[in-house]
Amino acid sequence: MPEAIAYELAKKQKEISVAEFFERNKHILGFGNPTRALITSVKEGVDNALDACEESGILPDIYVELKNQNEEECIVIVEDNGPGIIKQQIPHVFARLLYGSRFHAVRQSRGQQGIGISAVVLYGQLTTGKHAKIISKIQADQPAVLVELAIDTNKNRGEVQHQEIMHWEKPSGTRIEVCLKADYKRGKRFVYEYLQSTSIVNPHARLIFKEADGTEHVFERTADILPKKSEEIKPHPYGVELGTLIKMSKETKARKLASFLKNEFSSMGDRTANAVCDEAHLDRNLNPADMSREQFLELYQAFKRVKIMTPPTECLSPIGETLIRRSLKNETQEISPEFIFTASRPASVYSGNPFQVEVGIVYGGNLPKDKAVKILRFANRIPLLFQQGDCAVTTAIASIDWRRYGLDQPSGTGIPIGPAIFLTHVASTQIPYTSESKEAIADIEEIENEIKLAFREVARKVQMHINKKVRRVKTREKFDLITKILPEIAKKSAHMLNKPVPSLEKVITRIMDVVWIEDVVEYEKVRGKPVQTKLNITAGKEPAESGGWIAKSQIMIVNYKGKPQKFNLYALFPKNAVVGEVKPKPTKVTESYIKWSLESIDPTDKIDLFFELAGLNKGDFDENDLYVQNINPTYVIGADKWEGE
Amino acid sequence: MQRDYSGVITKIDSIAAKVYADLEKAEIPALQLSTRTKANIRFDDDLNVWKYGKNKTERAANSLDGAYMLLRTMYLVDFIKDMIKEKKSSTLRETYYISEGWNLAKFSSQNESDLLAEDLEVITGCMREDFKLRPEEDGARVIGNLVVEEMTRNNTKKKIHCQDDVGDSGYGIPYNVEKEKLSFKEVDADFIVAIETGGMFDRLVENGFDTDSRAILVHLKGQPARSTRRFIKRLNEEKKLPVLVFTDCDPWSFRIFGSVAYGAIKTAHISEYLATPAAQYLGVTPSDIENYKLPTDTLTTEDVAALKSELEDPRFQDQFWKHEIKLQLNLGKKSEQQALAKYGLDYVTDTYLPEKLSEMGMIKK
Repeated sequence: MPEAIAYELAKKQKEISVAEFFERNKHILGFGNPTRALITSVKEGVDNALDACEESGILPDIYVELKNQNEEECIVIVEDNGPGIIKQQIPHVFARLLYGSRFHAVRQSRGQQGIGISAVVLYGQLTTGKHAKIISKIQADQPAVLVELAIDTNKNRGEVQHQEIMHWEKPSGTRIEVCLKADYKRGKRFVYEYLQSTSIVNPHARLIFKEADGTEHVFERTADILPKKSEEIKPHPYGVELGTLIKMSKETKARKLASFLKNEFSSMGDRTANAVCDEAHLDRNLNPADMSREQFLELYQAFKRVKIMTPPTECLSPIGETLIRRSLKNETQEISPEFIFTASRPASVYSGNPFQVEVGIVYGGNLPKDKAVKILRFANRIPLLFQQGDCAVTTAIASIDWRRYGLDQPSGTGIPIGPAIFLTHVASTQIPYTSESKEAIADIEEIENEIKLAFREVARKVQMHINKKVRRVKTREKFDLITKILPEIAKKSAHMLNKPVPSLEKVITRIMDVVWIEDVVEYEKVRGKPVQTKLNITAGKEPAESGGWIAKSQIMIVNYKGKPQKFNLYALFPKNAVVGEVKPKPTKVTESYIKWSLESIDPTDKIDLFFELAGLNKGDFDENDLYVQNINPTYVIGADKWEGE
Repeated sequence: MQRDYSGVITKIDSIAAKVYADLEKAEIPALQLSTRTKANIRFDDDLNVWKYGKNKTERAANSLDGAYMLLRTMYLVDFIKDMIKEKKSSTLRETYYISEGWNLAKFSSQNESDLLAEDLEVITGCMREDFKLRPEEDGARVIGNLVVEEMTRNNTKKKIHCQDDVGDSGYGIPYNVEKEKLSFKEVDADFIVAIETGGMFDRLVENGFDTDSRAILVHLKGQPARSTRRFIKRLNEEKKLPVLVFTDCDPWSFRIFGSVAYGAIKTAHISEYLATPAAQYLGVTPSDIENYKLPTDTLTTEDVAALKSELEDPRFQDQFWKHEIKLQLNLGKKSEQQALAKYGLDYVTDTYLPEKLSEMGMIKK
């Protein structure tokens, strides 16, 4: 009797080593070609460095250096001032795939899978046969440790090849040096772009990039405050898979189904937990450890049928409109854009995962007018450099009719053409990437919608700004000309009739027929005081004490109407600013606006308003946002209708 | 003969006075004038021509355009006053160049200055000649058995026989054809034929149509100049000669007839000086295209739009025009006067004109 075929086959079946898995999937992991490999390596190093610094409350100072060994090989060095890694953990962190602290956590973070940096070490080893060098220092009064690592690809374990104690200037930090097969010439530009983009969405980080020829680029820090720490939350029932559900039931300490649901999931109160049990026709007192697969399936399906509150969103850490604006302003200095607008959506949820969208538009300046707008995509503060066409961000932008907002867009869909940069940041506990290389966000309807809404909001701001500007320019032109033409008409007619030239003030007023509001914002550095760095100051404090930059806003109102005008004026200011002196006395000051109930202004009369803001960086606020109430807004140039708070 | 311009000066000053009074009262200075559009012309039963209706347009200084218009008006009337004082006159083109020195009031094209001169006529009821403004030489021509007496620039009167004293190009109509300049003496003709194109005018001259058919031939030279229209009107009224208009067959030619017979929309304020209500349309009519099987071109979209606009034009509301315009729209074709040459060079004088003229009762068969 011949041997069963299965035995034959069994001879060929064996465990696939990590190295083989990597080799077969390197394109998915971002190492598809020598150019991509270089960028991915830098990216993994920097992402790790940023996460490490932020988790330990340190403002990141990150140094990236590339050394071009020869045509084929390149050394990548990434150094940070983070907390360092204890000696015993170094082989696990840097030389073991699928090992990490964040894999099971539901929270917003850069890395998620735990493949990242070990994949870089592995790739280096596979392509050059050289070992990675790690330096780590965990305390100022301890020496640093240098470790040379290799990966045992059969066991998926790191092996220490060499180890020594050394002196390192830094109080603490980590440095990784990997030699790998890479295309330095082509990859260099992308590394620069990646670091520049990273700097935009990480205004609290200072990044230095040293090229192989010694050229150094510094991306300065623009905010001296760490982003709000993202908090870990429990999984939401809508986002959990059946397998995970079963696994959770094995790990829980709860002995009853209802309390299992309440303790291990977010958004589950007594009432919802009971409702789910009833819907699944399961006893609330059932011990989760005794439940069958079929019962879990019932439970899993019941989740979808019961209305469960959305998960808490405070776990997210968005960048914030002021900081996005500030970074964009800082990074686009050479372009000298005409304006920068940002919009931030409230947090939302897809399949039980909280997410939040923030966008910004940089417009004008030296940007090319006849090219498609530049799209900058970010997910959890990581720049997405490739696969733009497959990304939900691109789909959302392309589906908006930008012609309505003054950009070119043949046929009304697709990426618009015009002098603009579009920034999108999606923050989430779980970014739905299209693949493991984390380059594009998948087309999730909820996310796409939020991106669309955010862009519509910011586009409206752009449009309002342009309309306001056009109207002001037109009125000013008219004003200038009328004040030149009218005296000429008067002179000529008086001359023909041999009469004195009549006075024109009132006629000019009647012709203008508007209330003219003009404003200017200036910054004054308060001398001898430290630069204010904290943004989250509550309103009402004395600005003189906080020092730093003081924004001084002057508003002039002239009544060019035929009748006296009496109305209310609102001046908006950024939420994190502190109001100082206000003249004349305002009717109301809240944390976002100042309100004046103005005295009646007679025709041709002028009044001046003034206010100071502290707690801002220079340029955070360079245009007043003014609104009027109790007056027909079409009479007013320089302010819009107050629509309420 | 010295003209008295005091009436003109009073009217000019009244414009300045209106603007000055507005400024003194702290009101926005403004001038009112009749709206010069197709929608605002009405048939005047007393004058037998089309005049402006009641619609007024205001040119006020509360818009930039209005302010510019007022300033230019002030400069222009001041300039006219100076010319009257110094006994000078200027062409419309010279006026446009004079404005180079008017700073803000400078015209940006001659069209603007021409229009403003017409606006001034409408506001004051004066004629452009009263303002010492004249058009460029237009050189429309006349040939026929007619003697005119012209006051030459040496202030001597000169009689000119419009067949014997002129060459093939005929007598050139001067820009001023008022009585102090030109008068009609002996005439021995049965009717006037006003012809659109120079080619057809020369054809009729070469074929001796003026002598054979006892006709006075006037070349309109496209849309006729004011002096040409005034010349035809005076000849019609003073010498009781019927006027026949002979043009191409397209909407633009119908408008030429309209301005000869009814008065042009642009100059409706002086229709009674320029229009000849008794003028008749001879051809080429859209019916002629069919009857004579003339070579044609297809109507362009502009042609069609112009024809449709004429269907709305109050001047073209009689049976004849409605029928012919609709016919042309149906045909979708247009034709030229000179298309008659299809049947030979003499066909127009030997066959077409005699047939048309006898149809209209001008000559007996």
